[in-house]
Amino acid sequence: MSVDPEAILKRLQEALPGAAIVLRTNPSPSGQHSLLVAGANLIEICRFLRDTPDLAFDFLSNVTGVDWPDPAKADKAAVPAAGEGTPASEGFLEVLYHLYSISRRVGPLVLRARTQDRGDNAKIPSVVSVFRSAEFQEREIFDLYGVEFTGHPDLRRILMWDEYVDHPMRKDYVAPDDYEYEPTPHAAVLDQAQRHYPGTP
Amino acid sequence: MISDPATSHPAAVLEPGADDDQLLRVSLGPQHPSTHGVFRMNVVLDGETVVSLKPVFGYLHRNHEKIAEGTSYLGSMPYTDRLDYICPLSNNWAYAHAVEKLAGIEVPERAEYMRVIVAELTRLINHTAFAGFILGDMGAWGSALMYAFRERELILDLFEDLTGARMMANFMRFGGCRNDLPAGWAAKVGKLVDDYGPFLDEMEKFLVGNEILLARTRDVGALPKEVLVNGGITGPMLRAAGVNYDIRKVEPYGIYERFNFRIPLGETGDCYDRIMIRFLEMRESLKILRQALDQLPDGPFINPKAKLRNFKPPPGEAYARIEGPKGELGFHLISDGSTNPYRYRVRPPSFINLTLLEDMCLGLDLADVVIILGSVDIVLGEVDR
Repeated sequence: MSVDPEAILKRLQEALPGAAIVLRTNPSPSGQHSLLVAGANLIEICRFLRDTPDLAFDFLSNVTGVDWPDPAKADKAAVPAAGEGTPASEGFLEVLYHLYSISRRVGPLVLRARTQDRGDNAKIPSVVSVFRSAEFQEREIFDLYGVEFTGHPDLRRILMWDEYVDHPMRKDYVAPDDYEYEPTPHAAVLDQAQRHYPGTP
Repeated sequence: MISDPATSHPAAVLEPGADDDQLLRVSLGPQHPSTHGVFRMNVVLDGETVVSLKPVFGYLHRNHEKIAEGTSYLGSMPYTDRLDYICPLSNNWAYAHAVEKLAGIEVPERAEYMRVIVAELTRLINHTAFAGFILGDMGAWGSALMYAFRERELILDLFEDLTGARMMANFMRFGGCRNDLPAGWAAKVGKLVDDYGPFLDEMEKFLVGNEILLARTRDVGALPKEVLVNGGITGPMLRAAGVNYDIRKVEPYGIYERFNFRIPLGETGDCYDRIMIRFLEMRESLKILRQALDQLPDGPFINPKAKLRNFKPPPGEAYARIEGPKGELGFHLISDGSTNPYRYRVRPPSFINLTLLEDMCLGLDLADVVIILGSVDIVLGEVDR
């Protein structure tokens, strides 16, 4: 059974008057609208959703990281409700949370939080203190996107090795051109190797 | 009763740098028969007792999600086979389900029945192989796995007839399936379903009441329900602890609401319950298969309006999930209106079910770790992606 994000938005605004929350309409036939929340309020919102008995969103199913180097694209994929939401001026990273209620058997409620930018301020508070299931998923987003989850108990790379420096899921990531080894190289691989190691036959 | 399950984090019985020369640090894996692939656990032992366990993975990481962003929607379909390579057809269905939700594509009735049949056969494969693997983990080398794989091979033969490949099926399309059932295929499935019950009886006889199995699995690895839900554990692992949550019932995708079947539940959630629940689920799958074969209608096997080439879903996003054999298998897609997905995310059940591995193992013996990891039922193709 699906949830009505507008009703939940009203509940949140009553319970947490200071929190900045915007409804984002999803133009896709899936109709999964989402609530864009400020990172600063994320944990109290999650806690409210989990602990309020008639909401009881006790299960965080999925955490997705998204890179939006071009903020205009983000607005195309999820349009803000009329007159609300300020367009971001520079690119940002976004984290989406899909919440379900196991006891009430409803969901998904989609929350999204954005970082200020894609550089030093790419920070979002970690929700591991509310939902343990985010532990590995946030580590994965930290690893592949470079979002720093403040307050995460064990924020380390998880899929790439510890010495690795880049974030391969970012849209502007450039793959190294010397990792591909083939015993009998195709022309493209050979050209690439020659560019990388000038002077090799 | 735990008031806040999330704070049960085992931040440690032991600090990682604790200077105690009585402790033994063991790196279990990555090449070890009980780790089911290239998976490593950094275990700290006090005598035989586990005081810290940190899983290490990524050895099979190929950035599946990035590769999918670089190809068309359909181009990722064969690659989903390689996620959980024991159950490729469930992965196909989960992905097709997500794209159908994203683009609003209808699936014809016959295709829905075909999907249910192959998905439940896949569940049989997974749980049968699981029984063989877990007995192998307990030291029953070879024989148990041989019996399990003998039956698995019979199902793989059927898949080969249907899709041309034993395992890497690439069978589903957005709006249906790739090809129709070959002549006589449904009858062969019917025969297999009839023969499967006696095999399960036989296999269960090895397990139920087996003294070694009881000693190794009873009261091992159980956690409270609230902790499991909070930790994102899904599938047979969650139901073994008595949480009645099966996506086939909660959010019936496809045509599951038409079938009469029950959700087996465990009581304690220990490894014994996790093994037995999979046997009970297989019996329910056989029920679903019989009903689906009886009701199988004629008609198109793919929506004739579905567009295969130059397929562009409208901008937006969709999250869709199915009850995979290992747990909740979800796909989250974001479309910007072009031929490639802007974001393609897999929610792999094996990966997230490992979140609480340390909690389950703390305070137990090293030998129990092997059983607990076996009972989680992971596939590294899906964990590492």
